[in-house]
Amino acid sequence: MQSFSGTSEYIVSPELARAVDVAIALQRPLLIKGEPGTGKTLLARDIAIFYNCPLERWHVKSTTKAVDGLYQYDAVRRLHDSRFGDGDVRDISRYITLGPLGRAFKSERRVVVLIDEIDKADLEFPNDLLHELDAMEFTIPETGETVAARQRPIVIITSNNEKELPDAFLRRCVFHWIEFPDKALMARIVRVHHPDVEDRLLAGALEAFYALRAVEGLRKPPSTSELIDWLSALRHGGIDPAKLLGAKIPFLGALLKKEHDFDAVARRYKPRTGS
Amino acid sequence: MFATPYTAPGGTLFLDFFFNLRGAGVPVTTHNWIALLGALAKGLHGDSLDGFYQVARCLLVATEAHYDDFDRVFAQTFRGVAVDMREMLSQLEEWLRDPKVLEGLDEATRAALQALDLETLRRELLDRLQRQKERHDGGNKWVGTGGTSPFGQGGENPAGIRVGGQGGGRSALAVADARRFQELRRDLVLDTRQIAAALRRLRRLSREDGKLELDLDETIDATARNCGDIEVVLTPDRHSQVRLLLLLDVGGSMDPHAQLVSRLFSAAHQGGGFKELRSYYFHNCVYGRVYEDAAFRKGVDTAGLLRELDPKWTVILVGDAYMHPGELTMTSGDWWQSQRGPSGLSWLARLADRFPRSVWLNPEPPGLWRSGTIAEIARVFPMFQLTLAGLEDMVRFLRRPSITAERRTHVQRLARAA
Repeated sequence: MQSFSGTSEYIVSPELARAVDVAIALQRPLLIKGEPGTGKTLLARDIAIFYNCPLERWHVKSTTKAVDGLYQYDAVRRLHDSRFGDGDVRDISRYITLGPLGRAFKSERRVVVLIDEIDKADLEFPNDLLHELDAMEFTIPETGETVAARQRPIVIITSNNEKELPDAFLRRCVFHWIEFPDKALMARIVRVHHPDVEDRLLAGALEAFYALRAVEGLRKPPSTSELIDWLSALRHGGIDPAKLLGAKIPFLGALLKKEHDFDAVARRYKPRTGS
Repeated sequence: MFATPYTAPGGTLFLDFFFNLRGAGVPVTTHNWIALLGALAKGLHGDSLDGFYQVARCLLVATEAHYDDFDRVFAQTFRGVAVDMREMLSQLEEWLRDPKVLEGLDEATRAALQALDLETLRRELLDRLQRQKERHDGGNKWVGTGGTSPFGQGGENPAGIRVGGQGGGRSALAVADARRFQELRRDLVLDTRQIAAALRRLRRLSREDGKLELDLDETIDATARNCGDIEVVLTPDRHSQVRLLLLLDVGGSMDPHAQLVSRLFSAAHQGGGFKELRSYYFHNCVYGRVYEDAAFRKGVDTAGLLRELDPKWTVILVGDAYMHPGELTMTSGDWWQSQRGPSGLSWLARLADRFPRSVWLNPEPPGLWRSGTIAEIARVFPMFQLTLAGLEDMVRFLRRPSITAERRTHVQRLARAA
């Protein structure tokens, strides 16, 4: 199996690439955490592209239950059909639809499954999935059918740390925390989105961006996507790179999203203008 | 910070690493360690120390909070040692072959190892070693060069140099030495978001004793399954039931912690999602009045709060608990207003007595808690440090408060004293 190395659209650090390899080789779920905007969710898409597999996305919400990912039984439609005489209500399997994990198990090809923001769900949610992720099979009680994975899917799980995940669950995962990219890696990432950006503008923008992130007390420090948007604005506005390091940052609204943060930045830069 | 580096029975670097990690408080389970053995046997580390660092970290560490400990242990174990990954594997293989290895291990590890199919693992390793010998490729040897090691100087060298191996990227030791993950340690509190996330965990427990309400989706579903006969499903409502009273010490010795406390304050207000949240200020100790503002202008009767708020309220006091002993024990009355009244300690005990879910958060490290007024207050309230780890422990306690009989008697005695 080829080692994962990211794609032209998605730049990965050597540590992350290795973690993906380990997860695939040991057939364990890969748990990804990291600051918002470091590309946790995109990783799964990228792995799917890299290995040329279909991708199943499962976006977890606070009301999501583990069984939702496996299958859903539409009892209401069945009741409706029985009242109004549509279709064969004795065949329960007509009312079963598979969820993302269920579809991945059934697929002939190997599938990448993204379980996005697992920490949004109830505490018990990860534990409820343990068996299915270990054994890679489950039974539908309504029909007695057992769905077993034909090809073990590659499972990528993201978490924003809102809830602690149970130890038993963590033990089974390969874990990687995506660091916020350093300047060099960030320059490569930005070039994916702005392939023809002028070197001087990029260097100046990165300088200003990292200085801004270092300001004490920001509620929402700007992340990669804000930087990319900001660069678009800078290029569109034809801003001189020399201006980026002054006290007044052009198009600051593209980088900061909270009023409190504007105040914090204003305080930070004020004393300098006086000297 | 560390205990003396451990030397494992059998004396392999790899085992030292495992036990050093445990010694540094990284909860590495045997389960994960065996997974690492499996990964090495499969050659996932690419026979390089960089690869080993990466594979070991993603398998042995389950939270970014331990990345820094991992880095330190890694640097400590592998600095200044000539590490040949193939040599390490053969040591490991030898170790697994030795029936006596299990003797030096603690019970849990031994049991876990015995439950595993060691024979298969050993064969895989052996196989791999065989293939490596045939390949005869050098260049994977890692040299720390002892006394002239560029990794020396107690890990202060942030750059470090990579010796040998394939080019590109940073060497594992340099990565480990850079300590980039220091900020993620749990014994530091960073930003409002992290505190809010910790406090949100407090909110969750409230669902357990919520009022019953009609669950429409489940009712329709159950009715459908019930062939159309109405089947009502009731569930506890999901709204937060937690009412939080926050009492904050401001001024004086608390000044250095002002920013931390203000972050806690804004996190509770913004992200808390509590059913009700009240916060008041006090200086050093709670007496007859607490204040709505940090300038102590609008006072509120503490006795009134004790009457008005029912015992289900969660109470968090934040302060360094550091003051003149008289402020805590003098019974002549309120230290600040010189009225007659119970001592500060009795006021605190009354709060603790009224609200079983009450705790004290202290920004000072636990090393200072053993004496003086801090120790006295810690006998009244369970005390937690104002760090991420401390907040997590606090939430765990508040979810299932268990108060020792000794503490209860002590609190009750103080609460009744005038």
